[in-house]
Amino acid sequence: MNRIDNIDSIADRYDLVIVGAGPAGLAAAAEANQLGLTTLLADENISPGGQIYRAITTTPVKRRSVLGSAYWEGLALVHDLEKSVVDYTARTVVWSVEPALDDTGKLIEPTHFEVGLSQTGKARLIRARRLILATGAIERPVPVPGWTLPGVMTAGAAQIALKSSGLVPEGRTIIAGSGPLLLLLADQLKRSGANIVAVLETTPRGNFTAALPQLADFLCSTYALYGLKLLAKSRFSLPMRRKVSGLSIVGSDCVQRIDFNDNGISRSIECDHVLLHHGIIPNINMASALGCELFWDESVHAWTPVVDDWLESSVAGIGIAGDGAGIAGAPSAAVRGKMAAIAAAAALGRIDVASRNTMSRPLKKQAVRLARGRAFIDRLFCPTQPMLRPTDPSTIICRCEEVRAQQIRDVVNDLNVQGPNQLKAYLRTGMGPCQGRMCGSSIIELIAEQRGVPVHEVGHLHLRMPIKPITLEEIASMPQSQAAKNAVMR
Amino acid sequence: MFRPISRQLSQATDQPSNPLDLIIEFTFDGRLMRARNGDTLAASLLANGVNAFRRTSISGTERGPYCLMGVCFDCLVVVDGIGNRQACLTPVRQGMVVEPQRGARTVDALENTDQ
Repeated sequence: MNRIDNIDSIADRYDLVIVGAGPAGLAAAAEANQLGLTTLLADENISPGGQIYRAITTTPVKRRSVLGSAYWEGLALVHDLEKSVVDYTARTVVWSVEPALDDTGKLIEPTHFEVGLSQTGKARLIRARRLILATGAIERPVPVPGWTLPGVMTAGAAQIALKSSGLVPEGRTIIAGSGPLLLLLADQLKRSGANIVAVLETTPRGNFTAALPQLADFLCSTYALYGLKLLAKSRFSLPMRRKVSGLSIVGSDCVQRIDFNDNGISRSIECDHVLLHHGIIPNINMASALGCELFWDESVHAWTPVVDDWLESSVAGIGIAGDGAGIAGAPSAAVRGKMAAIAAAAALGRIDVASRNTMSRPLKKQAVRLARGRAFIDRLFCPTQPMLRPTDPSTIICRCEEVRAQQIRDVVNDLNVQGPNQLKAYLRTGMGPCQGRMCGSSIIELIAEQRGVPVHEVGHLHLRMPIKPITLEEIASMPQSQAAKNAVMR
Repeated sequence: MFRPISRQLSQATDQPSNPLDLIIEFTFDGRLMRARNGDTLAASLLANGVNAFRRTSISGTERGPYCLMGVCFDCLVVVDGIGNRQACLTPVRQGMVVEPQRGARTVDALENTDQ
């Protein structure tokens, strides 16, 4: 791999640009290189690995048992990348992707994409024949009163601090929410010496019953043994409280306590940290801004990009691999990354269709095998409406613009708002620096509630480039194409 | 605040100590802080006992990092005079001068910058 630390050393053209260096992006890059594609792997983090294998080459937590074998599996993917001649650029954001135009302003045939990159305060535009979006997942934002207080973080954030810097929360720590990561993190943090005073499990009573039909499939899956071990361990070694609801975090300048409903009884626990987790959903911002078609995936209760059998989105030339195209975990993400690279090589004529089919057959089988058990996990941890539609009117929904639940309910009612893009104009929800990443999934819940329609009828935020903040100075400093000049000159 | 896990837990017996463990110094809000070279600015601030990184531009209330993965934009700080930097994506460097992001920019502040 060629690590590029200066944006000027990135080439002007690539066959393939891959966005994100998690399992899908790493596997895609190594495979694309094997198949002879000139490839750029662009990632906003300091080192490769994405979030699941975060800081795998630099972590100070060297004792393998602390982060567990599932984490260290990621090393093989990084080693494959290191053996390749892929251009890898860290700390680089991809802020725009658009079809490239020639000097007269016409679309280039065959299609090329113009990719906007920014690294340490300098921007560039380069061209790519194809892209693979491997932008992964984000933790499902579930607003609760007080979730903006310093000291409240996601469970994933605490795991990132542990992986990348060997840090654990100091003081009384509470982990609250629902999802497979809840117990995993509690166990990891406890073994790392954190003071876990309570694990508040919010998975509703009915979910297990609803998931039961999928139990047999789960028991045959790769997750089963690990999951059951963790569950058994949690019963004895963690201060679990199950089926709690009505989380509310209280404090003036920082977290002081958490209030909750413990099976009908109001309780309150004093604490210094609250780590929230409600499962993960695809990170769709770039796919959405590119105009890729999304569908409402009820199994994870989230908008998800539509991809075909070859992981190509509805926009020709744009592949989507890994959890960004549907949550299935890191091993599946790597398999799907490889498949997307093979499909890209075939689309660019580097391999024929027969080779593509032969090469991807075992991968497709693996992807199917790795998907086993997901239906049970998805159903078990699927959030219910009361969790997603905060009843406390003062709950902040849009963290950037500090818009509260009641404001959204009132405006939706008074002005007959139909969807999130209309609401933006009234309340600025989704117009702050996070660009709707934190509020997009909650706003549609409240609009659906007020309109009395299923949430998928409300739609989703339409994102616009640039999808990451970039300064006007950076844009102004770039050399402009004749087509761009013609567009504004009279 | 956050603290490092015990040395016993972090070290593998068969590996030499990591060169990234070198300690560097930077300032936040005028206070001298020490950090592990290679860490993100967000992790370094948390390890130094800083929970609140900024004040919001709407109500001026304090916020700290929420996601640590570049999504939430709640860890914004001013790094060497440049505002709105995501501390979770910025590596900490020797001699860095970091200030909290204090709400929205005002016209006065803009005029001072121009001079």
